[in-house]
Amino acid sequence: MNVAAPFEGIGASVRRKEDLRFLSGRGQYTDDINRPGQTHAYMLRSPHAHAAIRSIDLAAARAMPGVLAIFTGADLAAENIGGIPCGWQIHNKDGSPMAEPMHPALAIGKVRHVGDQVAVVIAETRAQARDAAEAIVVEYDVLPAAATMAQALAAGAPQIHDAAPGNLCYDWHIGDRAVLDAAFAKAHKVVAFETTNNRLVPNAMEPRAAIGDFDPQSGDYTLYTTSQNPHVIRLLMGAFVLHIPESKLRVVAPDVGGGFGSKIYHYAEEAIVTWASAKVKRPIKWTADRTESFVSDAHGRDHVTKAELALDAGGKILGLKVHTHANMGAYLSTFAPCVPTYLYATLLSGVYSMPVIYAEVKAVFTNTVPVDAYRGAGRPEATYLLERLMDVAAAEIGLDKVEFRRRNFVPVDGFPYQTPVALQYDSGNYFATLDAALETAGWAGFEARRKAAAAQGKLRGIGISTYVEACGIAPSAVVGSLGARAGLYEVGTIRVHPTGSVTVLTGAHSHGQGHETTFAQLVADRLGVPIANVDIVHGDTAKVPFGMGTYGSRSLAVGGSAMVKAMDKIVAKGKRIAAHLMEASVEDVEFERGTFRVTGTDKTKTLTDISLAAYVPHNYPIEEIEPGLEETAFYDPKNFTYPGGCHIAEVEIDPETGKVAMVNFTAVDDVGRVINPMIVEGQVQGGVAQGIGQALLESAIYDAHGQLISGSMMDYTMPRADDLAPVSVATHTTLCTHNPLGVKGCGEVGAIGSPPAVINAVVDALRDYGVRHVEMPATPQKIWNIINGGRRMAAE
Amino acid sequence: MPQVTLTVNGTKHTVEVEARTLLVELLREKLRLTGTHVGCDTSQCGACVVHVGGDSLKSCTILAVQCDGASVTTIEGLAAADGTLHPMQEAFREYHALQCGFCTPGMVMSAIDLVNKHPGGLTEQEIREGLEGNLCRCTGYHNIVKAIAAASDVMQGRRSELARAAE
Amino acid sequence: MYEFSYHKPASVADAVKLLSADPEARPVSGGMTLLPALKLRLSKPTSLVDLSGIAELRGVKREGNTIVIGALTKHYEVATSAAIKAAIPALAWMASTIGDTQVRNRGTMGGSIANNDPSADYPAALLALGATIQTDRRKISADDFFQGMFATALEAGEIVTAIHIPVPEKAGYAKMKNPASRYSMAGVFVAKGSAGVRVAVNGAGANGTFRATAMEKALAANWSADAVAGIKLDAGMMNGDIHGSADYRAHLVTVMAKRAVVNAG
Repeated sequence: MNVAAPFEGIGASVRRKEDLRFLSGRGQYTDDINRPGQTHAYMLRSPHAHAAIRSIDLAAARAMPGVLAIFTGADLAAENIGGIPCGWQIHNKDGSPMAEPMHPALAIGKVRHVGDQVAVVIAETRAQARDAAEAIVVEYDVLPAAATMAQALAAGAPQIHDAAPGNLCYDWHIGDRAVLDAAFAKAHKVVAFETTNNRLVPNAMEPRAAIGDFDPQSGDYTLYTTSQNPHVIRLLMGAFVLHIPESKLRVVAPDVGGGFGSKIYHYAEEAIVTWASAKVKRPIKWTADRTESFVSDAHGRDHVTKAELALDAGGKILGLKVHTHANMGAYLSTFAPCVPTYLYATLLSGVYSMPVIYAEVKAVFTNTVPVDAYRGAGRPEATYLLERLMDVAAAEIGLDKVEFRRRNFVPVDGFPYQTPVALQYDSGNYFATLDAALETAGWAGFEARRKAAAAQGKLRGIGISTYVEACGIAPSAVVGSLGARAGLYEVGTIRVHPTGSVTVLTGAHSHGQGHETTFAQLVADRLGVPIANVDIVHGDTAKVPFGMGTYGSRSLAVGGSAMVKAMDKIVAKGKRIAAHLMEASVEDVEFERGTFRVTGTDKTKTLTDISLAAYVPHNYPIEEIEPGLEETAFYDPKNFTYPGGCHIAEVEIDPETGKVAMVNFTAVDDVGRVINPMIVEGQVQGGVAQGIGQALLESAIYDAHGQLISGSMMDYTMPRADDLAPVSVATHTTLCTHNPLGVKGCGEVGAIGSPPAVINAVVDALRDYGVRHVEMPATPQKIWNIINGGRRMAAE
Repeated sequence: MPQVTLTVNGTKHTVEVEARTLLVELLREKLRLTGTHVGCDTSQCGACVVHVGGDSLKSCTILAVQCDGASVTTIEGLAAADGTLHPMQEAFREYHALQCGFCTPGMVMSAIDLVNKHPGGLTEQEIREGLEGNLCRCTGYHNIVKAIAAASDVMQGRRSELARAAE
Repeated sequence: MYEFSYHKPASVADAVKLLSADPEARPVSGGMTLLPALKLRLSKPTSLVDLSGIAELRGVKREGNTIVIGALTKHYEVATSAAIKAAIPALAWMASTIGDTQVRNRGTMGGSIANNDPSADYPAALLALGATIQTDRRKISADDFFQGMFATALEAGEIVTAIHIPVPEKAGYAKMKNPASRYSMAGVFVAKGSAGVRVAVNGAGANGTFRATAMEKALAANWSADAVAGIKLDAGMMNGDIHGSADYRAHLVTVMAKRAVVNAG
């Protein structure tokens, strides 16, 4: 490697390779792809939240110009097309399995949410398909809707699924209730708290799209789709829905414009265009309108929680009791059942030493869009609950909120730390991130800033959140025992070409995370190949052997570790070849960043020497090792990873309008080893923006009839540049102890730590109004109600 | 069916369209210039922003027929013929102002117009407010704002080359 | 959207002829409100008559103590016009806050006021400034032109050609934006000029933009923020939605009125 070239390995803020195509308009997103002979699909969706379908009259629609075919649920049922499967089975307290009603790709007999798919029109142009869809006559018998969880659980509530009596999906718990009750009985103080975690619409900027492309000559199916995990789609759709063997099904997730979880799931439209393409014998493209996305993309969050924290006289936590209702929406989306259980309740210890925790979660069906994982998936809900509760409790027992946290932190030497809710944290230092954040945020000088703001008639507040989360999912056997229906390893293939360039095949998928650069940095660091010569291939089941995809901040921790293991194998084989070429014994060959050396000598070979020898094996130990230099590794993580840190928000409220302005935000996160600091900073800033969005701006609101009132960006407030203030990002590193890179993952921490920091700041700003809590989002209307109401509690 | 003639990135095209064909549909579907994206249906997200007659506008909110005779620049037309990036493109890369890339073409086109309309430069607040019509879900905007400020220095001659982002 | 036919007349007379001949034809200039509505299939015009080729509808000039703004003047042009910035800076500032950068590059004053969206900005300015709207056939005072939500005095086929605004002694504007749509949730334009002291409110009223006569009286007696601070309009006349209740909007009107007075200087 050229010594004068800038360092491209681990720790370098290498500028991204993928930027060149994105900046020049040469990205290839699904809607950019056009297949020869392509037709277009338009989905007819239910305008009602809950209705029986009495009849569907297609006659007029079928006669409209350009229409090739129209299909309904009856057509799919006639061909034994399966329902959209759920990938995680939760069990009830009594050991019985959760209610798992069928989720048809096109409605059969009933529609269960506004936006539920009723029919698909396939026509020559999109406009023709839409025109024809308007000519379909559906007779509905409108049924009362259970739009909220309270409505769904009430006596006499409308029954959404026959398979789920009382609209209950499951009633689950974790922890020992008897032990908890005993701890509470001894408590000096019990602090009670209730809160809602508001429903959100992920709204990645690229709407979902899918192209089904059946090749009549080969009988092969290809699906192009906006997915975070093409192999998972191939498995779920091929095996459970369309009954197509993997060998005949290729799924390609090309450039994808953001996912945040919403593009993990197998959606009906993917199955529909794939299946229908074989019917019309032409490719079919479907692209969602944004308004359509609001009622067809999985939503996020939507918990209602009651909690109690038991404390001793010294302010130490004795126990935590939590009861949560979690909204599943109308159908079970792919991961939905695990989000409020194993990704939520297992994080309720947070960064604190808690002797005992008991949590009950009831998952409820409602006549709303299905709810599933969205950036953070369960951990923002847990962190929000805990960090609000800590502030509320601190106020109630008269302890400083920072001191109260410190008193209860897992000690620096307390790792590995076994929580009472299954997880064991491997490493961390919550004191270090706290101290660094307090310093950067100017915590000590805040009172002066508050007074200065007050002199201008503004209310300033500062809020803190100390958090840990669990990601890098996941150990297959562990999650399997908890109900997962898939393994969660990752796959990496390192292919060293004869002349020394490298292709990496990874099961991870990049939809904004910069893998084409960061994964190449791993190769540059270990194998010494310049990044320009390292090609990262992802997103195509025809090229990449297997993979579970990108979500849960797993790409580096699991995908990167698979690459490391594969590179270990490359280096091991390379040493044997090098030993042969240099006439040394293998034990005497060392390797560093592209160079094999006989220890203590000047005898060296480059990786290119070795790869050429491997593919032109003339001077080669061919009796002992095969030619070629390509290795694959499957890496199954030993544990989750546990990034954590401290976020501090400073806000300023205009009391005349109630508007909350962000003044400053400080994030100090421990994400383990940092591969590319620039990328980490970008991930945290993006996550914080979404967290601020949840805290101040965003809310998916249904009316009592199940109509989504915030059904477009005209009413669903998306964060804009002028809603946000600069975010200071820093990291403090404690290495992950159980993966070869020591990385913990950084994709979600921004959205996890920030909402409670912001709300804690808002409550702090309103301290003169005796406010105990403000529900998210803290809109101007809500804040003004509090201020206008004078000294009274926020009533929620 | 009406015919429109327009110059896109320096090349003249005459295309048959329906009156209801949007400019973005003409660009993406007829001319196969797929760099301009559609992200919403309420004219809010800005992913579709291009330049028409030198001004940025949302190509999803103008008919192709309304652009008859106009000169259009899309993201594909920004770099020089020899591949040299426009300072705004270079700044976006240097400052990590894009992640998934979907909002990026519209963001870059908007940013260039914003700088052009403020010959004396912009404050951070002016940049943030000027981006009201461009949504990004990935970056949190912070690096976008920095990139635009850095690019404006080069575009307006206050610097001869782009200031490097701090490591 | 549904298909329609498209015409681009070169003169006002041709435009009026096309529009008068077909009641389902719609005029379009910038298209910043019409096109979004068409895309959502909220209306189905038979044809669009594009006015943007009619050169005589462009331009800003000062004639004595009147600013004359051609109907096709874009918001960006109003915001940066030297004549308007000198004579009615509050109007230039208002224009700089309409929509976003791209909307301001296309949207026109004529198009905006002909639509009279209750959340649009301009109608409040024209009411408060005592403007006169000139059409192809007559002149209409702002008071007579704006007739409630989405309703104007325009007859079938009639188009706005110019807006005449007397230069005020003072004028100021302030608004609170809807956080999602960024349209006005409550905006107040105050002016003192040849038409007297006027206060006009957009965004908040249940029946569109209106004049706040109680505030006008108070300001006429005493031009100060304090004069309007104690006046809260009746919540019963405000609209309410998930972003702001009627009561909150009534409150915001008072706040924005105070700020508009301060902005007027």
